[in-house]
Amino acid sequence: MSNRATNLLVPIISVILGLLVGAVIMLVSGYSPVEGYAALWNGIFGDMYTIGETIRQITPYLLAGLAVAFAFRSGLFNIGVEGQLIVGWFAAAYVGVAVELPKIIHLPLAIIAAAVAGALWGFVPGLLKAKFHVHEVIVTIMMNYIALHVTNALIRTVSDGGDRTESIFASASLRSEFLENLTEFSRLHFGIIIALVMVGVMWFILEKTTLGFELKAVGFNQNASQYAGMNVNKNIILAMVISGAFAGLGGAMEALGTFEYVSSKGGFTGIGFDGIAVALLGMNTPLGVIFGATLFGSLKYGALNMPNAAGIPIEIVEIVIAVIIFFVASGYIIRLLLLRASAKKKEAK
Amino acid sequence: MEYVIEMLNIRKEFGTFVANDNITLQLQKGEIHALLGENGAGKSTLMNVLFGLYQPEGGEIRVRGKKVDIANPNVANDLGIGMVHQHFMLVENFSVTENIILGSEPTKYGITNKKDAAKKVQALSEQYGLNVDPYAIIEDISVGMQQRVEILKTLYRGAEILIFDEPTASLTPQEITELIQIMKRLIAEGKSIILITHKLKEIMDVSDRVTVIRKGQGIGTVITAETNPNDLASLMVGRQVEFTTVKGQAFPGEEILDIKDLVVQDYRGIEKVKRLNLNVRKGEIVGIAGIDGNGQSELIEAITGLRKVKSGTIFINGKDVTNMKPRKVTEAGVGHIPQDRHKHGLVLDFPVGHNISLQTYYTKPISKSGIIDYNKINEKALQIIKDFDVRTQGPGELARSLSGGNQQKAIIGREVDRDPDLLIAALPTRGLDVGAIEFIHSRLIEQRDNGKAVLLISFELDEVMNVSDRIAVIHDGEIVDIVTPETTSEQQLGLLMAGHTDNKKTQDLTKKGEDQHVE
Ligand SMILES: Nc1ncnc2c1ncn2[C@@H]1O[C@H](COP(=O)(O)OP(=O)(O)OP(=O)(O)O)[C@@H](O)[C@H]1O
Ligand SMILES: [Mg+2]
Repeated sequence: MSNRATNLLVPIISVILGLLVGAVIMLVSGYSPVEGYAALWNGIFGDMYTIGETIRQITPYLLAGLAVAFAFRSGLFNIGVEGQLIVGWFAAAYVGVAVELPKIIHLPLAIIAAAVAGALWGFVPGLLKAKFHVHEVIVTIMMNYIALHVTNALIRTVSDGGDRTESIFASASLRSEFLENLTEFSRLHFGIIIALVMVGVMWFILEKTTLGFELKAVGFNQNASQYAGMNVNKNIILAMVISGAFAGLGGAMEALGTFEYVSSKGGFTGIGFDGIAVALLGMNTPLGVIFGATLFGSLKYGALNMPNAAGIPIEIVEIVIAVIIFFVASGYIIRLLLLRASAKKKEAK
Repeated sequence: MEYVIEMLNIRKEFGTFVANDNITLQLQKGEIHALLGENGAGKSTLMNVLFGLYQPEGGEIRVRGKKVDIANPNVANDLGIGMVHQHFMLVENFSVTENIILGSEPTKYGITNKKDAAKKVQALSEQYGLNVDPYAIIEDISVGMQQRVEILKTLYRGAEILIFDEPTASLTPQEITELIQIMKRLIAEGKSIILITHKLKEIMDVSDRVTVIRKGQGIGTVITAETNPNDLASLMVGRQVEFTTVKGQAFPGEEILDIKDLVVQDYRGIEKVKRLNLNVRKGEIVGIAGIDGNGQSELIEAITGLRKVKSGTIFINGKDVTNMKPRKVTEAGVGHIPQDRHKHGLVLDFPVGHNISLQTYYTKPISKSGIIDYNKINEKALQIIKDFDVRTQGPGELARSLSGGNQQKAIIGREVDRDPDLLIAALPTRGLDVGAIEFIHSRLIEQRDNGKAVLLISFELDEVMNVSDRIAVIHDGEIVDIVTPETTSEQQLGLLMAGHTDNKKTQDLTKKGEDQHVE
């Protein structure tokens, strides 16, 4: 079997298997899989509104996935995407409410503020890793908590003790009348374009630039990179900074698009952590991240419709979604089975 | 005749590439059977098939007359087949015993029983004269000792048939002698051995029969006693081969490398290079002869900027490069074929083409304002693949899937092609076949004849003697003497390397003895 055929078959078979097992779970818990999946389908593609909302949901997953994947390609495990996204969210919202400027300045400024905040949150673990060999997983986990509580405190300060900021000025908003009209007034905003451009940016950095060449080399073999004259420490820091910037932009999508404000949070948003799964589903490639984010975003959003439309309790829904994702993630098992099967066939010939 | 292993008409493909095409190898009980072939001929692949790491596309394997299907290395273990790989597979910060029991940990009431395991390791080590301390940590012991751990690992699992893939490539001459003794003892205890090596002398010395393969095809099996190195080489290459490198007189010019009073410490802070002085001039090859561990690695790392210098100076082309970053040293005109090709020489998960441009990716014409033109990387790679006969499917193939010798040729090609003023070649021909060795030697000499300086580090005396114009003998971090190959014998060199200089013989000898004890 050709490589290309296997590459195409594996995700398809994985999704089908996941759906089948999900169906069994619904059956044994006494619900109709047909109704369940119909509700899921309608929740994703039912009408223009749900399609718009699904795409809106995919947007931050794209950026969170890019952030994790980018660090991964440089040999770093950035678990801090969640925190970087939270500070990005706050920074964008803050710039959005603090001043009113012409849109052409205000919107880019708010977006850049988010990227810078995320980059800064990535810089700290990058620096500690490069200079003192502190493992980035530990630092980024801690940075997540710091992000959560610091932004909560800042939100209280900014809103005079309230638990959310004012809504941002329209001049900083990503909202688009055109997209809203197109999708029966969903909250779909221009952020999806930014996210897709960033997919291109990541691809460009990794595949076209000397920086990408160095980052990948350092990710694979630090000794050889050092031998070849690359500055390993600089590359580690840079990788975390760029990764953090992607995550920060993910926060800007929520701040300037979906919600147009930031409120204090009782816990993590989960988007950053789901970004890990998105990146892994996409094998840490830019195009793969589109696939992973689409799958994740669609299932997450579409599942919201299952309790209403099919009467399936939310707990069962979450198990079903988790099972589907699990099967996609274990694609390599299916790949192995396929290889075995084709080897057997050859032997038989 | 009783065969313990029969590999009949084995075929192994990687995609469209056929690495083993109809190869037959039959191993008799109690023999040392050599497997010979050029770099990339398919030797390691064939052995990986026998060890269950690869599944063959055709042919059959019989063990003690019974047809078997070796689906994975566990099956191989159960059949009594053990393998010592070309590149060791040990966990660096585990102890010897832990490495040996890894994967088949013995348990007592559900708890790993290391004590009994260590006793068993000790007993095996004594039985075969391996002299391995079961409690030593892998990263603290020498390469030769690590290899014996690999041997112990196979014996511990009850191996009756041992596969050695280029065991002598990374060993010093002393260690090689010891290894040969160990192999003979294994045979005496009833084991059978398949030995891969490029050194025809070793084949002549220890093997009973030789199977030759060429470009993936089985050529045949000959009895060692009825052949000679020349015939073996022609069988392997497919034509008559010349062994002597032609080397004219050297015409040295001004100094390129000048080292003064250099002191370098290793990672534990122990002085490995002690007030060392050395210079290399244009148009000459200076060989450094010495026993492994006498400061050679630290010296090279200091020159190339990979290790900090404690004191002293290093000048290249009249420019002070002491403690400069590796890139600055490279740009000052230094090329470096590193000792450890997997650690420093290659990014194994990069394609061959990327690896060939590992130091030039950021320079013109490959890249302009930070953007890489991958067509240029491919062009360069194709040129080097052709010039240095790197057997690969192309610039896009991952370096990892090249055979060991071809990985080495890619590195040498990269470094020589940059035409550096000073080329530092550390064990450049390790793992190369006889033809490739001659080719590399002549390229080093060609560099010299073009007015470049070459610093050669090698543990093989005949390489140092054949290629160098001057030989600097290193002992305990110092250059103890500089001699010319024409006026020195290998014996004299050996004595110098052991620290026997005229003015301070016995003193140093006893000191060396103590050092070895500590190790
Ligand atoms: N995993 C792999 N994928 C693709 N090609 C491979 C793989 N492993 C080996 N090859 C190719 O098969 C050929 C034989 O490789 P092998 O390692 O068996 O050579 P070898 O005889 O051991 O050479 P050497 O003496 O250099 O170690 C080489 O051309 C190599 O590029
Ligand atoms: Mg090999």
